[in-house]
Amino acid sequence: MINSLFLISHSGDIFLEKHWKSVISRSVCDYFLEAKEKAGDPENVAPVLQTPHHYLISIYRGKLFFLSVTQTEVPPLFVIEFLHRVADTFQDYFGDCSEVVIKENTVTVYELLEEMLDNGFPLATESNVLKEMIRPPTILRSVVNTLTGGSNVGGTLPTGQLSNVPWRRAGVKYTNNEAYFDVIEEIDAILDKSGTTVFAEIQGVVEACVKLTGMPDLTLSFMNPRLLDDVSFHPCVRFKRWESERVLSFIPPDGNFRLMSYHVSSQNLVAIPVYVKQNISFLETGSCGRLDITIGPKQTMGKTVENLTVTIPMPKSVLSVNLTATQGTYTFDLTTKVVLWDVGKLNPQKLPNLRGSISIQTGSPKPEENPSINIGLQIQQLAISGLKVSRLDMYGEKYKPFKGVKYVTKAGKFQVRT
Amino acid sequence: MTTMQRLLQLPVNAVNIVKTVQSQVQGQEEDKSPVLSPDSGQQTWYSALQPDELRHLRSGGTGGGGGGGGGGGGADQEERGSQEDGGGGGSFQSQPLRHDDLKEMLDSNKDSLKLEAMKRIVAMIARGKNASDLFPAVVKNVACKNIEVKKLVYVYLVRYAEEQQDLALLSISTFQRGLKDPNQLIRASALRVLSSIRVTIIVPIMMLAIKEAASDMSPYVRKTAAHAIPKLYSLDPEQKDQLIEVIEKLLADKTTLVAGSVVMAFEEVCPERIDLIHKNYRKLCNLLIDVEEWGQVVIINMLTRYARTQFLNPNINESLLEEGGGADKTFYGSDEDEDEDEEEKEKKAEAAAMAKRKPYVMDPDHRLLLRNTKPLLQSRNAAVVMAVAQLYFHLAPKAEVGVIAKALVRLLRSHSEVQYVVLQNVATMTIKRRGMFEPYLKSFYIRSTDPTQIKILKLEVLTNLANETNISTILREFQTYIKSMDKDFVAATIQAIGRCATNIGEVRDTCLNGLVQLLSNRDELVVAESVVVIKKLLQMQPEKHSDIIKHMAKLTDNIQVPMARASILWLIGEYCEHVPKIAPDVLRKMAKSFTNEEDIVKLQILNLAAKLYLTNSKQTKLLTQYVLNLAKYDQNYDIRDRARFIRQLIVPTEKSGALSKYAKKLFLALKPAPVLESPFKDRDHFQLGSLSHLLNAKAGGYQELPDWPESAPDASVRNVEVPEWTKCSSREKRKEKKVEKPFYSDSEGESGPTESADSESDSASGSESGSEGSGSASESEESGGVSVSEEEEEEEEEEKKTKKRELKKAVQESESEQSSEEEDRKHERKMKQQKSDSESESDEEEESESESSQSESDDSESEAEVRKKKKAAESKPPSKPAKRETTKEKKEMSLLDLDDFEPAPSPQVTPVNNLFSNSLVTDLEGLSLSEAVLLPATITPSSVLKSYELLHRITGEGLSVEYCFSRQPFSPDANMVAVQMQFTNSSASDTKSLHMEDVKLQSGMRVKEFPEIESLPAGETATAVMGIDFCDSTQAANFQLCTHTRKFFVSIQPPVGELMRPVFLTENEFKKEQGQLMGMNEITEKLTLDAKCRNEHAIVQRVTTAANLSRVPCGSDKECSPPVPPPEHPVHRFAGRTVTSGSLVLVTVATREEGAAQLTINCEKMVIGTMLVKDILLALTQ
Repeated sequence: MINSLFLISHSGDIFLEKHWKSVISRSVCDYFLEAKEKAGDPENVAPVLQTPHHYLISIYRGKLFFLSVTQTEVPPLFVIEFLHRVADTFQDYFGDCSEVVIKENTVTVYELLEEMLDNGFPLATESNVLKEMIRPPTILRSVVNTLTGGSNVGGTLPTGQLSNVPWRRAGVKYTNNEAYFDVIEEIDAILDKSGTTVFAEIQGVVEACVKLTGMPDLTLSFMNPRLLDDVSFHPCVRFKRWESERVLSFIPPDGNFRLMSYHVSSQNLVAIPVYVKQNISFLETGSCGRLDITIGPKQTMGKTVENLTVTIPMPKSVLSVNLTATQGTYTFDLTTKVVLWDVGKLNPQKLPNLRGSISIQTGSPKPEENPSINIGLQIQQLAISGLKVSRLDMYGEKYKPFKGVKYVTKAGKFQVRT
Repeated sequence: MTTMQRLLQLPVNAVNIVKTVQSQVQGQEEDKSPVLSPDSGQQTWYSALQPDELRHLRSGGTGGGGGGGGGGGGADQEERGSQEDGGGGGSFQSQPLRHDDLKEMLDSNKDSLKLEAMKRIVAMIARGKNASDLFPAVVKNVACKNIEVKKLVYVYLVRYAEEQQDLALLSISTFQRGLKDPNQLIRASALRVLSSIRVTIIVPIMMLAIKEAASDMSPYVRKTAAHAIPKLYSLDPEQKDQLIEVIEKLLADKTTLVAGSVVMAFEEVCPERIDLIHKNYRKLCNLLIDVEEWGQVVIINMLTRYARTQFLNPNINESLLEEGGGADKTFYGSDEDEDEDEEEKEKKAEAAAMAKRKPYVMDPDHRLLLRNTKPLLQSRNAAVVMAVAQLYFHLAPKAEVGVIAKALVRLLRSHSEVQYVVLQNVATMTIKRRGMFEPYLKSFYIRSTDPTQIKILKLEVLTNLANETNISTILREFQTYIKSMDKDFVAATIQAIGRCATNIGEVRDTCLNGLVQLLSNRDELVVAESVVVIKKLLQMQPEKHSDIIKHMAKLTDNIQVPMARASILWLIGEYCEHVPKIAPDVLRKMAKSFTNEEDIVKLQILNLAAKLYLTNSKQTKLLTQYVLNLAKYDQNYDIRDRARFIRQLIVPTEKSGALSKYAKKLFLALKPAPVLESPFKDRDHFQLGSLSHLLNAKAGGYQELPDWPESAPDASVRNVEVPEWTKCSSREKRKEKKVEKPFYSDSEGESGPTESADSESDSASGSESGSEGSGSASESEESGGVSVSEEEEEEEEEEKKTKKRELKKAVQESESEQSSEEEDRKHERKMKQQKSDSESESDEEEESESESSQSESDDSESEAEVRKKKKAAESKPPSKPAKRETTKEKKEMSLLDLDDFEPAPSPQVTPVNNLFSNSLVTDLEGLSLSEAVLLPATITPSSVLKSYELLHRITGEGLSVEYCFSRQPFSPDANMVAVQMQFTNSSASDTKSLHMEDVKLQSGMRVKEFPEIESLPAGETATAVMGIDFCDSTQAANFQLCTHTRKFFVSIQPPVGELMRPVFLTENEFKKEQGQLMGMNEITEKLTLDAKCRNEHAIVQRVTTAANLSRVPCGSDKECSPPVPPPEHPVHRFAGRTVTSGSLVLVTVATREEGAAQLTINCEKMVIGTMLVKDILLALTQ
């Protein structure tokens, strides 16, 4: 399956390599670097490349390329999904998945990779099992280790791999037993010039943070599970119970995990929380243009819209902007030509407005397209689809855990065409 | 080489290396030579093979002790000699002393120092720096007590062992010891490292270790063994045969932990040995959901291939129709058509005939696979979802493929790499099955923030999805895209518009106009792309668009993109008669700029010149010659060649050959319009989701997805002796009884409990309640029968039966926990068998019934009645003994069914009866619901009715629906076939307002919907009857079943035998009618009757089961008098009429000696006749 893995920095520096079968020379990456050069934007590098003797499958995460080399047929998604899992594990272990962090923790990374794949086939990818074998580094532990010569490698062997709930280790103990569930919904929408919705849907996830002693068996039920059109679950969820009763029944992993992600049918009308009045125009003569954007609340269910941001990628010929914002601050990145307006809280009494002029390189023609506007926002204590958790029950353990549910609505890929 | 060396299989320089290392560590850095001369003290070193001891010795050395010191001296002396020494010593020369400190640390006694050293070494490896010279120093630490050091040593070992094979051997014994460790995890880890060091010498050791581990107690060790198999195979392919044995053994493993890994090994070592899978197929299907996600992907991909070799194409009818160009022609055309077909396209007809012979019934194992993979669409792992999606795409019946669309669309929210792969696959799918993704059209809309490659793929999907109804929305979207800043994307959009225009005639002009407008776009790339696309579009209908051509001619002044210029010139040349005035002028301008043009433009200028010369030589003769002259001296030989060729061809000279006469034909031949095709067309011959599919090229190790087999291979190969449900975990109840009884397991695995299709109520709760209900119902019914019957003997019999039934009920309850798929699988496989087997049971039941109804049923015309009467008359007096006899006979004939009829000891007899009664009850219910007036006498024996699943419990979210063809006249409309549906609500909540909607039918077909069911409480069952006029075709009726919350797409497809109703004919009438349906309308087949079906009763039973016909009483049994002995070779006749058109269907089964028989069907609907022949043939021979 996976022969080798190379980690390549944004600039094209190969800073880590790991081989599971015979060693493949790192010169194989040249094909990739060439393709990367050609593509310009790292997002545009084809995830699968063919070279005379190898196939290169890569992902781009956190300004890093994870490049795997394989020699034979393998489902590309298998590799891609695995690479993302690797990146997730790094994130989980080091809190970040960047070049610096990985370089700092090379040995841990290496140990992790060694456990995650055997002969190129995934072996242990559950973070619970991995953590039992290789303890995540913490400042305290690294200090202790340097003093005592202790190690990050678990002395015991991973019993988790043997259990039939590999996602949970045995003997978990907490003094405060708590279970938190965050229902996070993102609105994906495309609005056209006039503000009508071209396309909108809601994607949601239930993120959980469960710190419970022993082997609790939880059941989470919703008031209105029929809303959920399409769901995918963490492996711990018992699918049969969902099919028959529409409840989530599971033995939770320890700590943070994504319990499920769902999609709310696009047949349901999606409430769009804000409207955008915009006018961006470039003058035919004279190298300048005008910009005027106002944002107002639309369907917010009485909640406040927070963390409102507006991102406008300007055409390449734009030289500079001269704008005034009635609220918040704006920045213009000269290299990427992106205007970022950080509005903050949306005040329905006094609508935020951004206006001013845009100057264009002299001599260049008027841009063809008006830039599209990307909106970011957050609404606390609201799941825009109306999904509600009705109750959480625990079986199998005696104590009474503290339970909490939080709802958040965010803008996902929320775009306004102009 | 000394004997010791030979013993250890160590090459000479290995010895040297060891020595070298020793000497280096001792601080004699300049020394690259063997420490000792070959004969001095060697034995000492080699006996120190154990790393611990080695270290011990080493530390002694540093201490300046005897042996070490002596060695040092020796080294000095040998210095010169060592320089001649190549090989092992060489690598040390390149990096002489750099890692000295590391070696020092590795040799220290402190674990922390060792650890630090190992960490630095591993960091070097990670950075790709060469650390191979440290091998000897590292390898000694393989037995270190510190687990982290040990692990890092393993990492090092696995990385460099291949390069330093000899030294790596030093570590082997440690692992061999580890393999015997009582701790399973240590055993596993030892095997893992042992198999990872790629050293050929240890192949036998590895082989041994793998074999041992494969039968280890611990599943984890067995899993590791499975992982080790491909490693050994890649090291030494010669071991394949032995490895296959191990794989075979591991495939039989029952734990989920092993399944994924061993299938992976199977795929790498022997993917062609599909036969190894047979016995494990069902187990793999059942385990699948509990296997870890990576294993799931591998197993699903492998099973897809497997299924392609073992099952029939579920879409076979459809694909044949597609080929045959319309269903009506192939199947329901007039006789001439049919005839023609058979003559002209023999092959296809043959295939079609095959399809007709066996109306497609899905293999239960096939169904099992589909059903067990479906929940995995909900996996969080994109690879699993994709694997299931491709499985459904390649294996599922067309109607069911749709379920994957939603899941695939969900993946579009994932990382862009995932999107990329998924979109590629979706693009391929949309070409084959557009309808599937149409509802999700908007999910493919493009955002300006998408990466270009994603945009282009989405565009591809949108284009594939475009049809008459949605084209306007799509074009509106495209319009926004054209304004994008991403020019590659704009170009792709223009191409997409072009493709929409060619595919959908209605919008061609709109698109063309839009594209022409783009010609005035400021961006040259956009204009150029438009020109190219317009050129292609114009080629389809050039006459209408001379003004566009004129407009484009003007563009030549401005457009610089060579491809666009070339396209314009080609257009003008090709259609110069439409623009007679402009064309020469364009040529003039081009002649002027000829020398500065790109090559492709030059070629087109030549082309244009030639064409103009041929059509309008007066104006262009000089120009052409000028251009030709210019071309003659061009730098590019292609252009020179072309010029020479054109000159010879068009300019008449005395030398020019016969060809010049045809110059005009050559140049101005009508060119076919280009077909704008998706690049994803026909990509589906690669297994979707595979690397090969993505690259559109066969990748190394890709296993072709085989074509469906022509006829189904033997399904019994998948039978296993062990009862399957003992394997699957987490079921408790079933263990209560008879699990261990071997005879039971036999009947489970091979003959199966005889559950007829009626038993589809396999939901855990549903079936429990259902069976309970039916059980009691049947009992009450039974008691009715008992009260009627007066014979004591019979009463006893009944009692026995009642008992049996009670037992059965219990069994059923315990079994109802059993996974539904098993039942399903088994019952389908055994359909035929069962029916004959169950016959006797049903007969018994019938008897009691028919006795009670005897008196009133005289005038009944139903075939069943006739039969019953006959039976009642014939076999009443000796009734029971006769029955027993037949049962026994059967027993002898088919051993497999043995248990099913063992009266006392085996509780497993039961499902049969239970099911009958079940279906009978539903029948009765259905009757009372729909047609209260119906005579009880017309109830057809329920055993004949086969019920089909309309909606599975899982799909229906708790609602399961089955249907059967009740064979009752449908009172509201006599031309309709009555379909009786049974709804079971096994969900926790009530289901409300069950009704149907959105009926999609082939032309001519009609449906009478069943009355809405207001509310179906949880756990309850309801029945309803609907009528369908199938127009005498086996086309499916598709509709939506709606509840208050959901809609389900379902379809009902009738077997041909249900498209008729019985009619009563006398023998004479029959013969007369038959005489009128000769020739083309008569189909005759010879057959050998199945051993179990040689008596009259069985034949009648089977024929009437296969088709809704009635028996024609023949001479012998007209009087119903036992005295008349039946003729030696009786002829059985059956008659019916098709429901819609009322065409007669006459069936004759003439028996001969030795079970030979001849089946004749006369029917003016030839197609029905042909299909019916296949059905009855099948019924009689199996």
